[in-house]
Amino acid sequence: MTENGTSGGRWSAGVIPYAEMGYWRPDYQPKDSDILAAFRVTPQPGVPPEEAGAAVAGESSTATWTVVWTDRLTSYETYQGKCYRVEPVPGREGEFIAYIAYDLDLFEEGSIANLTSSIIGNVFGFKALKALRLEDMRIPPHYVKTFQGPPHGVVMEREYLGKYGRPLLGATVKPKLGLSARNYGRVVYEALRGGLDFTKDDENINSQPFMRWRDRFLYCMEAVNKAQAATGEIKGHYLNVTAATMEDMYERAEFAKELGSVIVMIDLTVGYTAIQSMAKWARRNGVLLHLHRAGHSTYTRQKTHGVSFRVIAKWMRLAGVDHLHAGTVVGKLEGDPNSVAGFYDTLRLDKVAADPVKGLYFDQEWASLPAVMPVASGGIHAGQMHQLLHHLGEDVVLQFGGGTIGHPMGIAAGATANRVALEAMVKARNEGRDLLKEGPDVLRAAARHSRELDVALSTWGEVTFAFESTDTPDVVPTPVSI
Amino acid sequence: MRITQGTFSYLPDLTDEEITAQIAYALDNGWSCAVEFTDDPHPRNSYWEMWGLPMFDLTDPAGVLHEINECRKAYPDHYIRLNAYDSRYGRQTTALSFIVQRPSSEPGFRLDRQETSDRRVRVSLHPYAADRPAGERYRS
Repeated sequence: MTENGTSGGRWSAGVIPYAEMGYWRPDYQPKDSDILAAFRVTPQPGVPPEEAGAAVAGESSTATWTVVWTDRLTSYETYQGKCYRVEPVPGREGEFIAYIAYDLDLFEEGSIANLTSSIIGNVFGFKALKALRLEDMRIPPHYVKTFQGPPHGVVMEREYLGKYGRPLLGATVKPKLGLSARNYGRVVYEALRGGLDFTKDDENINSQPFMRWRDRFLYCMEAVNKAQAATGEIKGHYLNVTAATMEDMYERAEFAKELGSVIVMIDLTVGYTAIQSMAKWARRNGVLLHLHRAGHSTYTRQKTHGVSFRVIAKWMRLAGVDHLHAGTVVGKLEGDPNSVAGFYDTLRLDKVAADPVKGLYFDQEWASLPAVMPVASGGIHAGQMHQLLHHLGEDVVLQFGGGTIGHPMGIAAGATANRVALEAMVKARNEGRDLLKEGPDVLRAAARHSRELDVALSTWGEVTFAFESTDTPDVVPTPVSI
Repeated sequence: MRITQGTFSYLPDLTDEEITAQIAYALDNGWSCAVEFTDDPHPRNSYWEMWGLPMFDLTDPAGVLHEINECRKAYPDHYIRLNAYDSRYGRQTTALSFIVQRPSSEPGFRLDRQETSDRRVRVSLHPYAADRPAGERYRS
């Protein structure tokens, strides 16, 4: 028995340090079935890092602020979160990574709501910490297997759509607010017949006065069907079923299914439980489920406080979505290349190895849980195709909203430009050409047989968004200080 | 119209040399190649006819191209595609699939619309060529 087991001090009424209550356990060997978490802890001045780590372990598991005798009615050591390691972060004074192990019994099977209420429920407002960030989690196969996961996954999605060997192409309809349903459907038709695989409602397109959901669904599906006839390819429009209540969402999703849509969409703002409900609906009904990560930057972007997107990606793979926005590297939104690579690995691989360069703290085994198709959206265009294929690979949806709809020759031409650029780049890659070096040449050569691509390149060829990322891993591959 | 199924339908038709390069890429990845043909290009027609079995043990791109050419000779008016299959655990699906022959004229698809209640329209995609019996669909 350790000193915290039966000594009188541990059980004296009053307040004692968390570390002395059994939440700091440097001797603890995590079990294969434990859920592990890595927190970035910034303690208040005077709080030792071990105590800060123990406090996080305590407040995210059994502890309250004072000693309670009722702990002794339980096998409390089982239920205590155990901080088993604390490391200073190189080059970031005052920050530490605290590793905490949680017994599987702390969590309800198959419930993201329960998992997150435990791990991030109370502890982020804890006064003894200046800031706290959940950097990563290891979800053991024992727990993974209690979740349904993605309704279909990458392999089934490709077989369902009959599209192989290249990234998929999409675009968000713009302007995102104000179009009538009939005008909105026009954009969908033009973009799909021009060569895109998908078009998309934006996150805030739900059912507003200028366009009610049912009208939008009818016109969009007319557009999808016409585009299928024009190309002989399967097409889809992410019909956003996000609504105020679950009943409303089910009603909209049922209507989308009835009209023959291959895919529906929800926003992260609907909440974890609603996402899991829609995941089950989507598998039951054979409809793909697209998730827009609306709102995530409020807690994922800052390096010292919040929840890293790699954790959100893990939770969403468990919750069960087929598509998840995960960054572009080269576009207009936040996304350090190495961090984004870590998000993509988390969504797509079955076994993900720990890699500090990508910000991955733990090995993660998915135990055959289907893969999620990452979506790259926001400020990308045909002129970046070689970089996109290099950074993001093949199992990804590339979404060119402005880069399709803003094309000077029209929306269909914009779509064709993107598709020609994509196919030319995949073909060149397969032929063994070095995309980062020769990409611009490949694009120019392809533009010789495609006026649409030629015009796209002269319109956007030079546009870049070269701002520094705020959310970067602590470890960099080359010895350069941050 | 031009049916745009397959990985490279927005590029000019691939030459035999370009097809060989793609076959070599597939074989280098350990993917087996298979030739399929059809005269029913409806996008929900999953099962094109197999030109023999997948070439699991073939490692020479020229051998695959030879089978494509044999299929072209036998079915000069059909769609023919080359599939490369990735049998690795976790994938076990097609990795690359592109059209290597298409009929000289592609009449495309008609949308049959059936108006129902509440502004709903049921649609059905109808390949014009499918009105003729299999085997005669693209013969002029």
